[in-house]
Amino acid sequence: MSALRAVLRDIRLVAARDLRIEARSRVVVDQVLPFAVLVLVLFGFALDADHRTLRTFAPGLFWVAVLLSALLAVQRSTAVDVADGTGTALRMSGLPPVARYLGRATAVFVQLLALEAVLACGLVVLYGVSVEDWLLLVVAGVVAGVAVAAAGTLYGALASGPGARETLLPILVLPVLAPVLIGATRAFDDALGAAAVDGWAWTGLLAIAALVLTVVGASAHGALVED
Amino acid sequence: MTIEPTSDTALGGAAGPRETTGSRGSRLLGAATLLGLVVLGVLAFVLTDPDVRIHPTTGDEFGQFDAVRLLYVHVPLAVMTYVAFGLCAVASVGVLVRRTPWWDVTAHAAAEVGTLFCGLVLVTGSIWGRPVWNTWWEWGDVRLMTTLVLFLMFAGYLALRRTTGDPRSVSRRAAVVALVAVLDIPLVNRSVEWWENRTLHQQSTLNDLKIEDLTLFTLMLGFLVMGMVLAWLLLHRFRVGWLEQAALDHSVAAAIVERRAETPDAEVRRSVGEDPADGNGDRS
Repeated sequence: MSALRAVLRDIRLVAARDLRIEARSRVVVDQVLPFAVLVLVLFGFALDADHRTLRTFAPGLFWVAVLLSALLAVQRSTAVDVADGTGTALRMSGLPPVARYLGRATAVFVQLLALEAVLACGLVVLYGVSVEDWLLLVVAGVVAGVAVAAAGTLYGALASGPGARETLLPILVLPVLAPVLIGATRAFDDALGAAAVDGWAWTGLLAIAALVLTVVGASAHGALVED
Repeated sequence: MTIEPTSDTALGGAAGPRETTGSRGSRLLGAATLLGLVVLGVLAFVLTDPDVRIHPTTGDEFGQFDAVRLLYVHVPLAVMTYVAFGLCAVASVGVLVRRTPWWDVTAHAAAEVGTLFCGLVLVTGSIWGRPVWNTWWEWGDVRLMTTLVLFLMFAGYLALRRTTGDPRSVSRRAAVVALVAVLDIPLVNRSVEWWENRTLHQQSTLNDLKIEDLTLFTLMLGFLVMGMVLAWLLLHRFRVGWLEQAALDHSVAAAIVERRAETPDAEVRRSVGEDPADGNGDRS
């Protein structure tokens, strides 16, 4: 029990460190959030649509915007460690790899929640969307956020090594997140009344995907930390 | 491909440079594979019957007609894709556990050949789908989607492989990517049973032996021939990978020797923490 408590403390430590870096640098607030809103605006321009069309496509556009913005957030999160060597310091700190992975994923998850909240406001204001099932919307948003954060953190580490380029992360992580995109969009279809689907069933699938990605990420991270 | 490594003992040959990835065994396999492809082509595209059925009430002809011939290639290619990616997964576990170049080169070769096969599965399936489903691509089909995702994940794997970092680091990262990617294979394989209402793919007709005679024989031959193609490609890709490793080792060793030759002996000894006064000038 004390071992579990120690791991939880380590996770909190790492997450707090990452969130503190973000609070001081404000890259997510100053750059990623505006980018996410910009994506929503560009979709509006590209579709040249009235509110009814935008409401129909809103769930898919929302999650595409989340994924594109999440790429920036994850790249930022890993770039900080590579640039000033704090990643090496963290590796040498003696914290277990599982705690480092889960701590980092938690920090990304918190940032994604903020991102989703802003984008949800964007859907209401820009696309005229109304929410029919708040509970489903929140649960699906949280569960999908866990899946995106788990995969993003793992693949961020995979794509950040020496010789890797920024273009590698999208190529690696987006196919893995394709099922999450489908599930989250279907769940939001139900929550926003855009289509008659069983949103809770899709949320269940999302939960399985989130669990699998988190377990795989936590297991695989140990193999990567020696790099 | 022409590479001159320092040693090719892993390829089973005598010491000394090789200028080919071929061997007596691989040439025999290649010849047998070519012959098999010709026989398969004749059987699939000439001798077997097209799929033409008569509707019991209207009397109209229906079925896949000549498009069914593509399935003698498409289905074996799909199964061999599973085999190649499965081998890549096993070798990736070997990379993480044993950390030897043999597993790494095997994983890379299997992933590359598997991605090629997976791409061919998508292309042949699309060509088959145009006359039968009346569309090149069906977004609602779960098997198509999961196969495309599998292909894209291994395309990412190959992109990661082409990065220029520390080879050991790259191989470990690639092994993790492969192990995540192969989780998609059960979804591809079982999708027609798990999502019956969301697929145009039919369930397996092979398990229930709904096909027979020349059709069954041609399909079985397709599995054998595509298995031989896979083996031949894997063999050569593995040898190319092994020669690349040998060439890399050779160039690193040559660079070290060259660097040492242009540096005074005492300085070399000092840089590795030895006493320069102990040197007798003999570098070995």
